[in-house]
Amino acid sequence: MSHRVAMLRGDTVYRIHWEPGTDVLVGVCHCGAERGSEDPADLWDWLLAHPDGHAPPAAVSPPTADRQPVGAAHD
Amino acid sequence: MTFARNHWYVAAYGREIGRELFARTVLGEPLVLYRSEEGEVVALADRCVHRRYPLSESRLEGDTIVCGYHGFTYDKTGSCVFVPGQERIPRTARVPSYPVVEQDSFVWVWIGERDRADRELIPRAPWLADPAYTTVCGMEPLAARSELLVDNLMDLSHETYLHGGYIGTPEVANTPITTEVDEDNRIIYVSRHMDDAACPPFYAKSTGIDGRITRWQDIEYHPPCLYLLHSRVAPVGVLPEADGSDPHGFHVEVVYAITPETEHSTHDFWAVARDFALDNQEVSAFLRDSNRAVVLQDVTALDILERVIQTEPPDRQELSINIDTGGLAARRILKRMVAEAGEPAKSAAT
Repeated sequence: MSHRVAMLRGDTVYRIHWEPGTDVLVGVCHCGAERGSEDPADLWDWLLAHPDGHAPPAAVSPPTADRQPVGAAHD
Repeated sequence: MTFARNHWYVAAYGREIGRELFARTVLGEPLVLYRSEEGEVVALADRCVHRRYPLSESRLEGDTIVCGYHGFTYDKTGSCVFVPGQERIPRTARVPSYPVVEQDSFVWVWIGERDRADRELIPRAPWLADPAYTTVCGMEPLAARSELLVDNLMDLSHETYLHGGYIGTPEVANTPITTEVDEDNRIIYVSRHMDDAACPPFYAKSTGIDGRITRWQDIEYHPPCLYLLHSRVAPVGVLPEADGSDPHGFHVEVVYAITPETEHSTHDFWAVARDFALDNQEVSAFLRDSNRAVVLQDVTALDILERVIQTEPPDRQELSINIDTGGLAARRILKRMVAEAGEPAKSAAT
């Protein structure tokens, strides 16, 4: 399933994961802050308000990325 | 006009442009394209400066266009080099020319401010010109605004309902997605990985897989124009090797170039590149016919939607749910790109 996949590697990547078996979306900011919601529009509003309302955990493990976006690769 | 003008757009496939004058409108600007005697693609405004006659309805003479109405003659840069009946060529006798880059089988054009046309900004679709892949492709005119096609492609759960019998199966709509946005590089990535799914005819007939599949769909959208769908199918449980190689997977790279023609119409370029059955003409014909059928199903639906939207006030109510997470991200970035069209260029030093 698509749980907690992380493909992009930039410094300012926002992620929204859909919790399998539920209707819950989990927004994860590049600062490490997380929030659950069932409304993607509200979740984007919260993510993009960074740093307002974001309380990142003390230590954040960078997500692993196993694929480079191909379209951004230049000769 | 409300376009994200300072970006590259696909105007044509390279194979469409030759020694015949070729007309295509991009971002509301009528263009005439042709290939010079040396083989480079030229893009000029498709209106004679004299009486607005379409240069695409004119004649190519060497590398110059001779207007089919009164003979005004333009070189590759759009400068007028001859006017009828007089020696003096008016200083303003020129038509705009547009930067062009041929890459990955596409002709990319820049309609915005010329000094901002950096070819390094063009996103890549390398499979389309890679001998390790076989590609089928086409372009369908869409009588709908480009935003509707972006919405459509960012949410593939519609495959289950609109494209059943071709590429849709129940698992597509039923599998959760992960959506990522790289804010600095403006890339939107939507992953839908199905561990155990029915194999739709599009893949069963082209790969020969008999039974259920592991199916991955990874969307990589580079707004505003280029949309990539990395599609991987394999028999259930067959995954890439630990070293990243994937000898038992079938890979299809589905590429769309989404180019606004006008505010209410779009050029829908589509291409399907595969890394299997490379020389099999039957597979090529099947994938070409099937994908075109799928694109035309979208065209029919989006043309209907455009007509409906035009009858409604712009602040109409919509309802977004989980499947729309990627589409909402795309809309937000596109809106910002349109707003930036009127802003001065950012300093490279900052």
